[in-house]
Formats: sequence, structure tokens, C-alpha cells
Amino acid sequence: MTTQEIHERLKARFGEDVGPLSEPKADAFCVVKADRIVEVCRFLATEPGLEFDFLEDLTAVDWPKRSVIEIVYHLLSYRHHHTFVLKVEADRAAPVVPTAEGVWKGANWFEREVYDLFGVTFTGHPDLRRLMLPDDWVGHPLRKDYQEAGGWHGISNVRENPLVELKRLDDARRAEAAAKAAPPTGTEAAPKA
Amino acid sequence: MDKLILRRVDQSNEEMILNFGPQHPSTHGVINFLVETDGEVLKRAIPDVGYLHRSIEKIGEIVGYPGFMPYTDRVDYVAAMFANEGYAMAVERLLKLEVPARAQWLRVIANEFCRIASHLVGVGTMTMDIGAFTPFLHGVREREVINDLIEALCGARMTYNYHRIGGVAFDLPEGWRDKALAFLDHFDKFLGEFDRLISFNEIFVKRLANVAVIPGPMAVNYGLVGPNLRGSGVDWDVRRDMPYGAYPNFKFDVPIGKGFFGTTGDCFDRYYVRCLEMAQSSRIIRQALETLPEGEISAKVPRNIKPEAGEALARVESARGEMAYYVVSDGTNKAYRVRVRTGSFSAMCIIEDVSRGLMVADLVALISSLDVIAPEIDR
Repeated sequence: MTTQEIHERLKARFGEDVGPLSEPKADAFCVVKADRIVEVCRFLATEPGLEFDFLEDLTAVDWPKRSVIEIVYHLLSYRHHHTFVLKVEADRAAPVVPTAEGVWKGANWFEREVYDLFGVTFTGHPDLRRLMLPDDWVGHPLRKDYQEAGGWHGISNVRENPLVELKRLDDARRAEAAAKAAPPTGTEAAPKA
Repeated sequence: MDKLILRRVDQSNEEMILNFGPQHPSTHGVINFLVETDGEVLKRAIPDVGYLHRSIEKIGEIVGYPGFMPYTDRVDYVAAMFANEGYAMAVERLLKLEVPARAQWLRVIANEFCRIASHLVGVGTMTMDIGAFTPFLHGVREREVINDLIEALCGARMTYNYHRIGGVAFDLPEGWRDKALAFLDHFDKFLGEFDRLISFNEIFVKRLANVAVIPGPMAVNYGLVGPNLRGSGVDWDVRRDMPYGAYPNFKFDVPIGKGFFGTTGDCFDRYYVRCLEMAQSSRIIRQALETLPEGEISAKVPRNIKPEAGEALARVESARGEMAYYVVSDGTNKAYRVRVRTGSFSAMCIIEDVSRGLMVADLVALISSLDVIAPEIDR
């Protein structure tokens, strides 16, 4: 089924809650209202003729200018060989989206990763913990305005350029060599006296 | 959840929580498993990942489009060709670039050699985890020749950086084709030898058959990909079912798990699917070398790559299954968002469920049969 046909079926079922199909520059997508996303996912996964059994990818994109975080669902059907892209827009200040874990188990870790790196809360998720970063990490690194905290538990994230230390040794040695080649005047004067 | 503690849950029984890793020879990299055991039986194993998280996706937003290519090698250092190709293809889709035929053929040749090398490590380390050391050395011996071939092709043995946006970096060196064919002649015989050495060894089979069974629907629901999915009997290969590059021009079979010695989707199926895939890769390389067209090895690509605003997803069949790159462009010379979807990530997701009720020693078989690579999970 083509992307247009899938979108028409979604439109017929969910009406205004499913946005228009984007102008396809490479991959077309459509935006779904956050509170209907689980229903839309379940419809796409089970409806005969659509049967998107594979959640290919679930990730997010941060748009500070529009003040939204987009959650992007890439779906694929093994049976029908077609794909579809869904998006949900969440408020950037307090992003909350219902979990799709009940539809595809694979969403479990994807959502944990998005929670970790973007700070999006998935309501109903059975095990929403940080995945990549330590539990007490501050901030969400894949947000566009993320500032590094400057280390973690005394482990610095800056490193002195190793060449600086080498240069210091070099300078010390050069000063020593110079001192040997031309001894200071005080010692020179001593034997004469 | 109480984290990272070695403790006895209840003094009256044998239940305890153990750390399995992060520095454990059979976890294939730096991964930790919190293992809840009752004697020798697992209650469950909870994967704890992130030790190798380098935020490669953030780096992709900072360096320019061509500058990100060497970083993709580090996503999966055992099969770096596919990570290269997936990224190149995603940017080509954004730029609407047509890759010349010769470049596409060269990509296939390099990829399939890389797949053989990666599967040799995969099955080799698997036998080693089970307790057989020699097959690993046999596998690595063959991989060494492939490393030499790829080094002659692109100058690197691990992190190739061979693919470019719009094509590949180098053409075949003189005499390379004959060397490659000579190796394949030898390699086809080696596969039979390897089967006799270990695959059909009775102890090995008994150790893997009927262990950690993942049924097909469960594998699909968890998003398993590649050999792990095919091991569960799901007939899907991106190269055949959603063809890209030069793959439609070649004939090859897609081996799937049939319960060779036990149940469909057990550890042995996942192991043996990889062995069968190596023979198919060899078949593809022969056809590609036979029909290699003449011409350019790279399309005309502007020096300053600035795709128009939009987004594209490109999927390739990596040695660890489907690898997808999702690239969002905002019209500047740096990607707005780069996302890497890897096979090992979803393979780790399933471990907690599959591990319930396994023996501790079988957990090692399960992890190695999924052929996970730590940097691919963490990125």
C-alpha cells in the first residue's frame, strides 16, 4: 500500500486527530495528536491490510524554535512490505506522551532511550529509567540547549592537552642546558679571587 | 530498583543478585547484567548498558555531513562497512544523488566481505563462549585474509571509512580480483570444514539446541532484526525484500531457522543461520566480481554538502540485522539530527524476557547467539 492510501485509511478512522501528510521531500510523515497515539498505533498494527508488525525505530527530534519535541515512529510491515512515519508533537517544557510499549514490546527500550536523552516522559511505561546515562545525571544531552555540567562525581570531562606537559618538560630541560653552557658570573669570579 | 549490589535476597534460600560484567569475557564488550539467580537457575537477567555511550548522534549534529563518516565506523567496529553505507545512503536520499553503478557494485563486494568477517567473529566467539577455543582461531585465521583484502582496498583493517556520500573512496587495486576469488575458492571449502569441526559436533549441538527459544511472533514484536530474526523462522532480509544498491542484480538465498536440531528459534538456529549466510555472501561476491561494470566510482558531489530541509531514513542489512540511519536536515551544512537504529539494541531489549528460567551457563549461550556488539548498543 502506498503512503497516501495508508494515510487515507487513518484519516477515515481518526478524522481530525491525524494531521495532513507532509509534502514528501524524502520521507512523508503525518502528525498525530498525542492522546490518540496509542489507538493509532494499535489500529496500524492490527488492522487487516495494514498490519505494521515491526516498530522499526522510535526516536525524537528537538525543535526549540517551535518549542516542541517531536517523537518519531517508523513503522514497517513484514507482510505487506510497506512503511509509514508517524509523529507526535510534545510540549518542550513538559513533554508527556503515552507509551506504545503495549503495542510493540520493542518500544520499551526505545522509549527509555528517548526519556534518557530527551527527557520525554512516557506515561504507562513499565520501567521508565535512564538507559545510557547514570541515574543521577543532570540534563538531557540530545536537547539542543544542553550544557555539559563539567564532570560527574569528580570525574572531569576536560583534559589538559598532553603537549602542554611535554612543553613544560622541554622548557625545563632547555633552561638547564643553557645554564650549563653559560655558568652564572658568580661562580666564574670565584677561582680568580 | 536497588542497583549494583551483590547480595543475598533472603537468608533462608539461595536467591541472590549478581553482577555479570561489565568486565566479563563473554559479554562481548562492556555490558553489565544484573542477574537474579536461585542457585543455578536464573529468575531473570537485567541488562545494564551505557558503558560505551559516546553520544555519536550528538557528534553527528556538530560535525558536517562528510565529517561524520569516520564516526560511523565506531558504531559497529566489527562490521563497519554497513554503518558507513547506511549513513551514506541516508544523505544520498536527502541530496537525491544517483550513485554510479560501479560504486554500487564495489559497495556490495566490500559489504559482503565485511559480513563474512563479522559472522566469523560472531560464530567464533560463540563457540569460544560455549567452551571450544579452536574454532575461534580457525575463524579468525580466515578473517585475517579478509582483513588483508580490505586493507588493500581501503587502507584500514577495522574502521574502514570506505564509503563516501555519492560513492566509494577507492577503486579495486590491481590483482585484487584474482586474490579475492582465490580466497573465496578456499573459503567455500573452509565452511564445510568448519561444520565438521564444530557445527555438527554432538556436544556443541546439545549445548545449544532447545536453549533460549525465541518464537517468531515474539521476535517480531520485540523488533529483533537480521540473523536473530531469521533464526526465529521469520523470512525477511532487507537485501531481498526492500532492495537497495546493486542487490537486485544478484541471486542469493535467505537462510532461515528451521529448528535444525531442536525448536525453531533456539540458540543453534541463530548460530547456524550465520554459517549459512556466509556461503550466500560468498555467492554474491562471485557474481559481483563477475559482472562488475566499468565507470566512475563516485557521483559528482558538491564540496559543501547542503541538502534541502527534510528527513530521510535509509536501511541496510548489516551483519547484525537491519541498520537504519534517520537523518534530519534543516538546510545547513550540518545535520539537524542523526539517529542510528542498530540490531544489537533491540537484541538487548529481549534478553530480560527470554532469560527467565534459564540456567546461568545458558545465559552466556543466549548473549553470544544474539551476537551483540557493545558499541552498537550504546553508540
